[in-house]
Amino acid sequence: MAISGEEVARSEMRRIGILRNLLQLRHIREVNVLVALLIMGAIISAFTPYFLTVDNLMGVSRAFSLTAIMSIGMVMVIITGGIDLSVGSAMGLAGLVTALCFDAGYSQSICVAAGICVGLMFGLANGLLITVIGLPPFIATLGTLSIGRGFMYMITHGVPVTPKTPDSFSMLGQGYIGPVPVPVVILLVLTVVFSLIMVRTRFGRHIYATGGNEHAARLSGVKTNRVKLAVYVLSSTISSLAGVIAFSRYLSAEPASGFGSELDVIAAAAIGGASLAGGIGSVTGAVIGAALVGEISNGIVLLNINTYAQQAITGGVILIAVSLDVLRNRLKGGNV
Amino acid sequence: MTPFLEMHGISKTFPGVKALNRVDLTLRAGEVHVIAGENGAGKSTLMKIMTGVLRADPGGVIRIEGKDTVIKDPVHARALGISIIYQELAVVNNLTVAENVFLAREPIGPLGLLDKRRMADETRAVLSELEVAIDPSAKVGQLSIGQRQLVEIARAISYRSKLIIMDEPTASLSHHEASTLIRMVRKLASQGIGIVFISHKLDEIFEIADRVSVLRDGETVDSRPIAEMTRDILVRKMVDRDLSQLFGEHHSHATDEVLLSVRALGEKHHGQIGVKVSDVSFDLHRGEILGFFGLVGAGRTEVMEMIFGSRPHVGEVHIGGQKVKISNPSEAIAHGLGFVTEDRKELGLVLGMSVRENFSLTHLSDYCTLDVVSRPRETAACMEFVRSLGIKTPSTEQKVLNLSGGNQQKVVIAKWVARRPRILIVDEPTRGIDIGAKAEVHALLNKLAEEGISIIVVSSDLPEILAISDRVIVLKEGRISGQIDRADATQERVMLAATG
Repeated sequence: MAISGEEVARSEMRRIGILRNLLQLRHIREVNVLVALLIMGAIISAFTPYFLTVDNLMGVSRAFSLTAIMSIGMVMVIITGGIDLSVGSAMGLAGLVTALCFDAGYSQSICVAAGICVGLMFGLANGLLITVIGLPPFIATLGTLSIGRGFMYMITHGVPVTPKTPDSFSMLGQGYIGPVPVPVVILLVLTVVFSLIMVRTRFGRHIYATGGNEHAARLSGVKTNRVKLAVYVLSSTISSLAGVIAFSRYLSAEPASGFGSELDVIAAAAIGGASLAGGIGSVTGAVIGAALVGEISNGIVLLNINTYAQQAITGGVILIAVSLDVLRNRLKGGNV
Repeated sequence: MTPFLEMHGISKTFPGVKALNRVDLTLRAGEVHVIAGENGAGKSTLMKIMTGVLRADPGGVIRIEGKDTVIKDPVHARALGISIIYQELAVVNNLTVAENVFLAREPIGPLGLLDKRRMADETRAVLSELEVAIDPSAKVGQLSIGQRQLVEIARAISYRSKLIIMDEPTASLSHHEASTLIRMVRKLASQGIGIVFISHKLDEIFEIADRVSVLRDGETVDSRPIAEMTRDILVRKMVDRDLSQLFGEHHSHATDEVLLSVRALGEKHHGQIGVKVSDVSFDLHRGEILGFFGLVGAGRTEVMEMIFGSRPHVGEVHIGGQKVKISNPSEAIAHGLGFVTEDRKELGLVLGMSVRENFSLTHLSDYCTLDVVSRPRETAACMEFVRSLGIKTPSTEQKVLNLSGGNQQKVVIAKWVARRPRILIVDEPTRGIDIGAKAEVHALLNKLAEEGISIIVVSSDLPEILAISDRVIVLKEGRISGQIDRADATQERVMLAATG
């Protein structure tokens, strides 16, 4: 009986499609962004032959990879119904600490670990302020954003830190595996791993449940505070990894590194279909969202459009993407 | 005299579903017209057509005071004299009573400022006409649910409505508040206002109705004056089955073994607003169904929240002879407790998630290997429960948001039963669900008791408590005011303990 039930369930799932399931493409929103990404690509390549070349596509991917990596952590936070404004500071400070450790002559692994630890600290601070004290996520992470940024200026006095680093370290940001830049490989690995976590594990389910209805989730036995603490730690840690990669790429830790990047990261998640009310969104969507923004800025450069227009265009894309979603839902008569 | 509103051959088709099929309905001024029917019978769709939220399919006719009319939208409906009071009240809690009554049509004084005095005066006039003592300047959030409903009625009257539709208005009211409301409704009818009253409660229907229409599967299956209606006919028309077939006989499965023992349970923080639960002690036996009755505000839900660890408390809880310390829901669940909460939308379900995801949320680890969920196992278990509880849903992937109230309630029960708790607390298990689903829920609770699960049923529905419980505990103002065995439990004794 139980076996036949499972078989029925399996065939039901086959119908839905395993690939679609894995990519979370059963949600119409992710499909929309993916389609937008492809159409935009077609439009750009209609105007310029340089867009659809391996070199250019790899360059574009490397350019948006850091935002995309950070959006993986951000989207998890957003799905719990929270927000993490401190990712830019976590990224910048992590790069700086890594640079300072190299400057002090520590070994490569210690330097990287120190950078990642910065993220852990940010995440713990955010998570504890939110779960133990009960601060709203917006306020808690706004505070840590400022503190982080302040530390960076205090430490550097506004001067970049440029230590000597081994060649093996610069592989992280500058190297290639085959034709693919290392940061893009890291992005792909993280996307697959965290998609699986979100779709297939208990932890992922608890993240969605916490954002969907925190009260009901708690009464069902979900340890919602632990879930929230975990996503903030993950978000900051992933951002600090992005910071280490950024430092490895430029080998200079700028005091303004990561400044304002939280907005790009939130935009990527929102374009990718995450609802700031919580409960809805996906890792794949956020990464595709980041890719779409990256593609547009590349197109602007290739098509010789005024680069100052880029921010305005990105803003327009966010508004159009989310509006289409809302309108489509309203037409269906469903709730937004 | 021409009826106020006539509907002829009204149909409504949604993709894949015919929600209404050629419904006829005649609503007269001064008449209380009860519309009865199970969840999903089409009552809400019909209300939405009357209030202009939905348009009927072409082919039907709506006449208002004899004239063919197309009700364009809710604003138009209101201009035609049709108001509705939804189950989920549409009042703004941090505005005052007067501000709510005049919401979106505030009177403006000479300087373009709000004419607050006029708002207060007119509100006071309407409220005194209704003979209710509510201060127009009170914030609505400070009023009880029953009073908030009266504010909505006052608003409907101040629109000079000729037809007021009330969607299960007594579902969340205490006994006392409900009888106040029923008096009010009779009074409005006597003033010539037509009332459409939707209700699942048989007693109430016979108390209030002039005429009853029954919807089943989107069709009008009966419509007659209340004098020509009996309970048996009404139930048979609604569910297409006999009353006696619906509710089986009661068999106790209680054993002598005490499973849960609560001693001197009380509020942790003194001086907290609201009910003060204190000195609550009782035992629950294996396989027993223990009814918890009390008026609204007696502290029933609070006691359950304390036992379940979602409310700070003092006192001792023993489970299976062991003293346990439960300070949050996950600890309670680990000790074998389950809690079917009263408010399924706020507390019971994650509305945006599927039936499957809601179902498994309490016991997801059962389907996990190293934290990875086996979707086939999860889906299979969920399908099993969908079948055995008769949950009406197109698939396990349907969002619970799209299910009817009765089916949502079954999902909440399923998610706890699937965990195989030792002790199951169910708070208002049948509120707002139809009589057929109610009978199914009762049968299910009996079956669980037979399997040795101990059940606490909290309900403000006295007939329900008496029908299902092996023993009844009555709470009054946060304390136990009576423990009555099934053999001695009569409506009068229980009510006396709750109020006396």
